[in-house]
Amino acid sequence: MPDRACFPVNGKPGPVTAAKPSPVATLVHRLALDRMSWVDVVLLLIRIGFISAVVIGSTRTFMEGRFSAAQWGTLISAGVAQGSIYSLIALGYTLVYGILRLINFAHGDVFMFGAFCTVFLAIWTSQQGILERAPAITVLSWILFAALISMSIAVLVERLAYKPLRNKPRLVMLISAIGASFFLQYTARGFFSTAFRSYPTVPGLDGRLELGQITVPHVQITVFAVALALMAGLYILVEKTRIGRAMRAVSENMETARLMGVNIERVIMFTFGIGGALAGAAGVINGLYKPQGVSFIMGFFPGVKAFTAAVLGGIGSVPGALIGGLLLGIFEALGPNLVLTGLGIPGSNQLKDVIAFLMLVLILIFRPQGIMGEAIEEEKA
Amino acid sequence: MQLLRQRLAKPLSQGVLAGVLCIYIALTGMMEAFGEREIVTGVLDMGKVVLLGPFVGLGLLLQQRAPNRRVGWIRVLAACLAGIVATGLFILFINAISIRHMFTHASPALVEYMTMGQVAPAAGLGLFAVAALAAGAVGSGLALMPAYWRNTIFMAALLVVGMALLSELISQVLRQILNGRPDRLLFSQGALRPAVATIAVAAVFAWRGLAPRIRLRSRLPQLEPERQRQVSLAMRGAGVLVLLVLPWLVGSYLSEVLANVGLYLLMALGLNIAVGLAGLFDLGYVTNFAVGAYLMGVLTNSGPQATGEFNFWLILPVSVLAAMFTGLLLALPVIRMRGDYLAIATMGFGEIIRLLALSDWLAPLIGGSQGILFIPKPNIGAFTFQTPQHLFYIILAASLVMLVVINRLDLSLTGRRWMAIRDDETVANAIGIDTTWIKTLAFTLSAASGGLAGAIFASKLGTIFPHSFSLLISMNVLCIIIVGGMGSIRGMVLGTLVLIGVPELLREFSEFRFLLYGILLMAVAIYRPGGLMPARARHYRTEPVPQPAGGTPATSSSAASG
Repeated sequence: MPDRACFPVNGKPGPVTAAKPSPVATLVHRLALDRMSWVDVVLLLIRIGFISAVVIGSTRTFMEGRFSAAQWGTLISAGVAQGSIYSLIALGYTLVYGILRLINFAHGDVFMFGAFCTVFLAIWTSQQGILERAPAITVLSWILFAALISMSIAVLVERLAYKPLRNKPRLVMLISAIGASFFLQYTARGFFSTAFRSYPTVPGLDGRLELGQITVPHVQITVFAVALALMAGLYILVEKTRIGRAMRAVSENMETARLMGVNIERVIMFTFGIGGALAGAAGVINGLYKPQGVSFIMGFFPGVKAFTAAVLGGIGSVPGALIGGLLLGIFEALGPNLVLTGLGIPGSNQLKDVIAFLMLVLILIFRPQGIMGEAIEEEKA
Repeated sequence: MQLLRQRLAKPLSQGVLAGVLCIYIALTGMMEAFGEREIVTGVLDMGKVVLLGPFVGLGLLLQQRAPNRRVGWIRVLAACLAGIVATGLFILFINAISIRHMFTHASPALVEYMTMGQVAPAAGLGLFAVAALAAGAVGSGLALMPAYWRNTIFMAALLVVGMALLSELISQVLRQILNGRPDRLLFSQGALRPAVATIAVAAVFAWRGLAPRIRLRSRLPQLEPERQRQVSLAMRGAGVLVLLVLPWLVGSYLSEVLANVGLYLLMALGLNIAVGLAGLFDLGYVTNFAVGAYLMGVLTNSGPQATGEFNFWLILPVSVLAAMFTGLLLALPVIRMRGDYLAIATMGFGEIIRLLALSDWLAPLIGGSQGILFIPKPNIGAFTFQTPQHLFYIILAASLVMLVVINRLDLSLTGRRWMAIRDDETVANAIGIDTTWIKTLAFTLSAASGGLAGAIFASKLGTIFPHSFSLLISMNVLCIIIVGGMGSIRGMVLGTLVLIGVPELLREFSEFRFLLYGILLMAVAIYRPGGLMPARARHYRTEPVPQPAGGTPATSSSAASG
């Protein structure tokens, strides 16, 4: 085993004869401290700072006993419902990133477009009384409609904004993606105006389920169930079907897949379509879950958060998107009350989005490969 | 039939596409909004241009690509008819069934506009069809004429549209120079008078037809280097002189626009260091702007958040330093990231800053959602920079200083190190560039300009609110850089004028500003990745190396791609 201390460090010639290094030097070497640059020191300080903030904040909250177990349960179930919406959107990011190594910046707006177009159908079915008569089938038809709209939009965006840029640098694709995002947002604004529109209340979803001390609204259970069902469907599609195998092959190695006779363009289109459809479905269940309604800017925050979820779970991994979304939803629900209240920060619920963005930045800094993902090769951007 | 289908399938589908484009423009509300902007009084408005524009384009493209004239005319006719049918069906549809609860712009007013103001749908549709066919014919005609005259027609059209759109600016300048209302001769209610438009078109034709082709710039490279330097110095001097009198020429409102353009130019120049030179895709530039603005606001205001009430000139450098420090702090954790992850992480920083500024947590210090009020205007002794005209000079001075600094940086060794990192970080590292340090430097220096812009912004507005520091600011600045041309200083100036200046001048269009930004970004990415004015590839040449007697002096030159 070569002793690294023998090699010249920083241009200074090291000891040529293998003198016995002192125990301190050995320790420094073992801990790799001799190869630490000042950036590592900064990163270490940031890491220590955040971990201690989280630990101190949550211990103090628990010591004070500010919230009861039932309250924690309510927060967690809300987090799970919100998180499953993030998961569905995150799948779109993950699938596309797996194949094109592209952050589809417009994905949040694909989600918005599906939700926005479907709100008109939803209002119409509610006015006609169809919703009253057959709520389950009507909601299912909304989901299908939104999936169809978002799927078309996603495929259209791929055609217009990304297809001409195959094999171009990734940053050029990112620029085009930002342009596509603006285009979709302000098209929706032009079409549907700036007003907020709400989904009608679905009968049967406004109740609550009592589980011991914890009460869970029906809508949260529905959201979670629909998301799980869709994700199970996607899992089967990716793992068991022919096109799913082609998708996996392309994401593994595009060139080899092409040589093996996989129609790359068809796979890319299909991937965008599937991602878009899931985002559209997420748009409807998001509309059911959030009473404040839909508007043309609604895509940005869920989009960024879903991207966070995708990175957290390990971008490129389908189960990772599920886990990342749920974790992000739960952290976001618990974070303000658990950590920020303990640290004595007022108005902690205003800072919910700060927690999401902080998580985004921290994950990108410290664990860009996420929980499930393998290390992303250091490709040139 | 089979043959016909084969030959006409493409033109027909292109015609339908043109129709869909028309419908899209109508549904987003662009057509009606543009319709309010007249170009030539009573003859043409901007809405008609966007309504018939696709048909002109159809004629031009199809005729140019056709093997011969006869085929060309048939294709254009087929395509125009397809477009007319698509658009006509849409008009009939929204006339019959109201979809206004969904598409807010699909109103009877739109139907009336698209059918040229006719009440009876049949007559209106006929008129629209005739107009569209005529537009297609015009396009075909343009394709068939010699390129020189086609360009002449484009120039004339551009002149007329440009004059009409900038009527406010032209009138203002004329009123300042001459007494009375000389602008009334040219414009009526912001549109060109038909006679003036005719004269303008005639003038362009006369110039192109009679005058020998004048090439103004072409003689410059032929001059001696000494002369060249003098000429360019004189031109720069004249440019600065024009800028100095500009605010008084264009009046108070347009000076405000100019001041905004200047602030964005400052930010674009700063961000250009990170994005254009070093290739660090920073989507959180608003952070630096916010730090500069809030520091200026907190330390100079005399409102509820008053802390010190210092002088503007004292705080200005402090704001810049604070922004640089923030830039440094935020650069450290992300310095190892590459490409798209860096973009997303910096965007996260930008949003975190805005949300923190909005929160109750920091409200006692920086005002929360109430913002900071009563920020004084800058002053020198008893003189206060009160009006936009006064403030313009501060922004002009700051921009000129930054221009010089950035120009020097661009030429310096550091600049070349940045470019090396942008072109290939691994190689840059391998040839001995300390990439970590040089990238940190890029972030820090880039932040300085943002902080400067923010500080001036706070003082100019007198109040600051968190919503002034949204992601859209970062996006605007990024758009300027990408559309103008990454790394190109002339590109920044052009980009700022086009993306910030023009929308401020054209109120009717400002609603569609971001829609157009989106389209521009996609178009630039696809067709001109270098931007409208790409950075010139620079050739570095070293002095001839003296050779031993007998040998010829060798000139070693290396080209650096820019």
